[in-house]
Amino acid sequence: MSTEIELSIYVFILAGFLGLELVQRVSPLLHSPLMSLTNAVSAISVVGAILITGSGEATVLSKVLGVVAVTFSTINIVAGFLITDRMLKMFRKEGKKAK
Amino acid sequence: MTENFWQFSYLVAAVTIILSIKWLNSPATARRGVHAGQIGMLFAIIGTLLRHEVVSFEWVAVGLVLGSGIGVPLAYLMPMTALPQLTALSHAFGAFAAALVGTAEYYQHAPTGFLMGALVVETLLGFLTATASVMAFGKLQELVPTRPMTYKGQNVVNFGLLAFAVFLAGWVIEGSAPAWAFPTFSGLSLLFGVLLILPIGGGDMPTVIALLNSYAGMSAAAMGFALNNKLLIIAGALNAASGFILSVIMCKAMNRSFTNVLFGAFGQVQAGSGAAAMARPVRSATPEDAASILANARKVIVVPGYGMAVAQAQHKVRELTDMLVKRGVDVQFAIHPVAGRMPGHMNVLLAEADISYERLHEMEDINSDFSETDVALVIGANDVVNPAARHDTTSPIYGMPILDVDKATTVMVIKRSMNPGFAGIDNELYYDSRTLMLFGDAKQFVAEIVKELPKAA
Repeated sequence: MSTEIELSIYVFILAGFLGLELVQRVSPLLHSPLMSLTNAVSAISVVGAILITGSGEATVLSKVLGVVAVTFSTINIVAGFLITDRMLKMFRKEGKKAK
Repeated sequence: MTENFWQFSYLVAAVTIILSIKWLNSPATARRGVHAGQIGMLFAIIGTLLRHEVVSFEWVAVGLVLGSGIGVPLAYLMPMTALPQLTALSHAFGAFAAALVGTAEYYQHAPTGFLMGALVVETLLGFLTATASVMAFGKLQELVPTRPMTYKGQNVVNFGLLAFAVFLAGWVIEGSAPAWAFPTFSGLSLLFGVLLILPIGGGDMPTVIALLNSYAGMSAAAMGFALNNKLLIIAGALNAASGFILSVIMCKAMNRSFTNVLFGAFGQVQAGSGAAAMARPVRSATPEDAASILANARKVIVVPGYGMAVAQAQHKVRELTDMLVKRGVDVQFAIHPVAGRMPGHMNVLLAEADISYERLHEMEDINSDFSETDVALVIGANDVVNPAARHDTTSPIYGMPILDVDKATTVMVIKRSMNPGFAGIDNELYYDSRTLMLFGDAKQFVAEIVKELPKAA
């Protein structure tokens, strides 16, 4: 196994455990925003989509797939974050007015 | 300079994304969390654009502009009540994008071994999450029947399909597969996503949406392995862990095993033995009666369910709460983890109606309060308050943790009719001598109570 792959596996495991720790602390009150925030974060695949689309050696096929992928993951990012923010704006304590 | 800058950007992105989930743990810092996430994503995109592999920008720009142009109206025009659907739809887009990137990578580099293995996982999870999310969207929007669709040998067909897809995947990884293998594998992944959701009913949607969230994260992490990109691995793993935990919480709240969920063989709860009990008498009450009981109570706990969301009754419930609080009644809300159609659905709905989150309580925190509560007001919830879950071993929901509303002095249940709920299980709570049934549309009924309340002594 190459060291690069080994390193990736370590990163994956550590990040996974970090995720378990962090998410367990999220109050059930905020489970919907959590889901929609992580939903936006999962669209990090936009990185791969940009690399494919912008690559100098891209074939027509990969360019087409790439543009669709950039578009779709951008929809996911934008919608995910905006919905999360819309939801969180509504949570407030007694007496405080909405911004 | 730019050579190092993109790496620096990715580092910033990874840290801010981790912080964004950390800050989401309390309502006070949650919005900061969202901003951190946005900054993280921005750095991820800018960093990628600065990499020397990226030489042409026009099509990337087209995608970014087009995506924002669709994403913004999608997020703002959909009503807040369509939240579960919207999340499902958003999942579908992201997962499909990941699968397309995997496909493009395959046709461009045709790797074998470990890299292809990662690509296969990415593509499989991406495609199946995409179609499964579209199906979930269809069910939530009621474009597809929400009842579980089952047929004989369903699991055999599903597992057969999956096994064939995995076989093709292995062949592609090994490197000697014919040209049709990869497209067939992709097609099977898409099909599998549809089949996975068919047998799942509306009441199980919270678990499914959480699970799809986890799959989308796994897909992104697999892409990270394929591209040797640590940022993707970190963000993907965080997301996968989050979806995983949420679905475990949902499973526990329904007393289902995790394997049961992982293999999609759930939602097949059959009508229980309760049908015979249908003829038993129930006590019903008018809005006037309900108003006078509420006005004379000291402590009221409201138990909302999906029925409240369907009837859009949350604003009327807020009015009722305000009036009762003004009269000196202590009003709290008890929220079952699987109430509604996505994790935390009820909290968002009540927050939308301007009800302070300090009044919203989790099941474990409030269950002991019911015994000293004068009125438990159940609005559109059914299975989560069914005492049969505690003692009736033949009931399909036996063992499921429930809200102990039957311990309150009076239980009032707002319900359309005596028809059993989604799971088709009769609820013995309705025949209890302490229970008053308030028949009608939740929104109208609460509105009538609100009207009657000032007259109540």
